[in-house]
Amino acid sequence: MGCVESMNYEIVLRDATFKESRDYIKKTYAEFRDVLPGFKVFDTHVIGLPPIAIGLEGDFVIFPFTKPCHGTFLLRVEDKEEAARLRALKK
Amino acid sequence: MTGEITTQPATALLVLGCPQVPVQTSIALYLINRLKKAGSVPTVAGNKAANTLLVVADPDRHYLGEVMDLDRVVVQITEKKRDFDRCFVFIHNDAGITYAGTMSAISKAKVYAIIYGEHYEDLQKQIDFPCTTIAAKAVHNPLPLKKALDEVTPWAA
Repeated sequence: MGCVESMNYEIVLRDATFKESRDYIKKTYAEFRDVLPGFKVFDTHVIGLPPIAIGLEGDFVIFPFTKPCHGTFLLRVEDKEEAARLRALKK
Repeated sequence: MTGEITTQPATALLVLGCPQVPVQTSIALYLINRLKKAGSVPTVAGNKAANTLLVVADPDRHYLGEVMDLDRVVVQITEKKRDFDRCFVFIHNDAGITYAGTMSAISKAKVYAIIYGEHYEDLQKQIDFPCTTIAAKAVHNPLPLKKALDEVTPWAA
C-alpha cells in the first residue's frame, strides 16, 4: 500500500479498533458506502472486517487503513473523481 | 506416460502480525516445520520486520519457503491470482483481528486464528467470522501456544 503513504492525507482517527473506526464513519458522515474487504479505494485494496464503511464528504473520501504494528487509521483524502465513483456505488 | 494421477500438495499461508511479541517468530518456524513434514507447502507473508526476523533466523532456508510482502499477498488473493488451502493468521492486537477477518472474506482457505499475547482472551471474543481459533496466553514463552497448536494439529486437517 505504498501509494497511500505518498498521498496527501489527513489522519482523522488513530489508535482506535477497526470497529470503532467503522462506527465513527457511520456516526460522523451523512454519506457513506459499505464495501467488502479487498475493495479498491484509490489504488489500495482495503483491509477490514466486513462491512467496511467508506465515508464521503464533498470531494473527500474517508477510509480505514490498517498496518500490522500501528493498527487502524482513518484517512481523509481529497479526490473529486474517486468521491464521485464511490458515490455512484449502490447504497 | 504412466497414467498416474498427480496431486498438488496442499498450500498454507502464514499471515504474520507485528513482531513485537516474541513468540510469533518461534511459533511460525514450528508451524512451518510441522506443515512441511505433513506435506504442505507453506508461504509466509508479513511486513518487512516480521519477515526479516524469520529470514535471518533461517539463513539456509531449512524451514522457510516463499516469503512475501503482506500487502502483495492481499492484492493477489483479492484479484484471484492466487489462493491457499489453509491460512494461519497470527493475532496479538486489533490489526491482527482485522487481517484475519479480511482473509476470511477474500480467501477460500480454511482460516486459523492463532491468538496470543497478554490480551488474548479479549481478542478471542472479537472473532465473529468463520475460523478455527487457537489461543493461549503466550508472550515470551512459546510453549503454551505450541501446546494449543499441538492439540488442534491443523497441519493434519
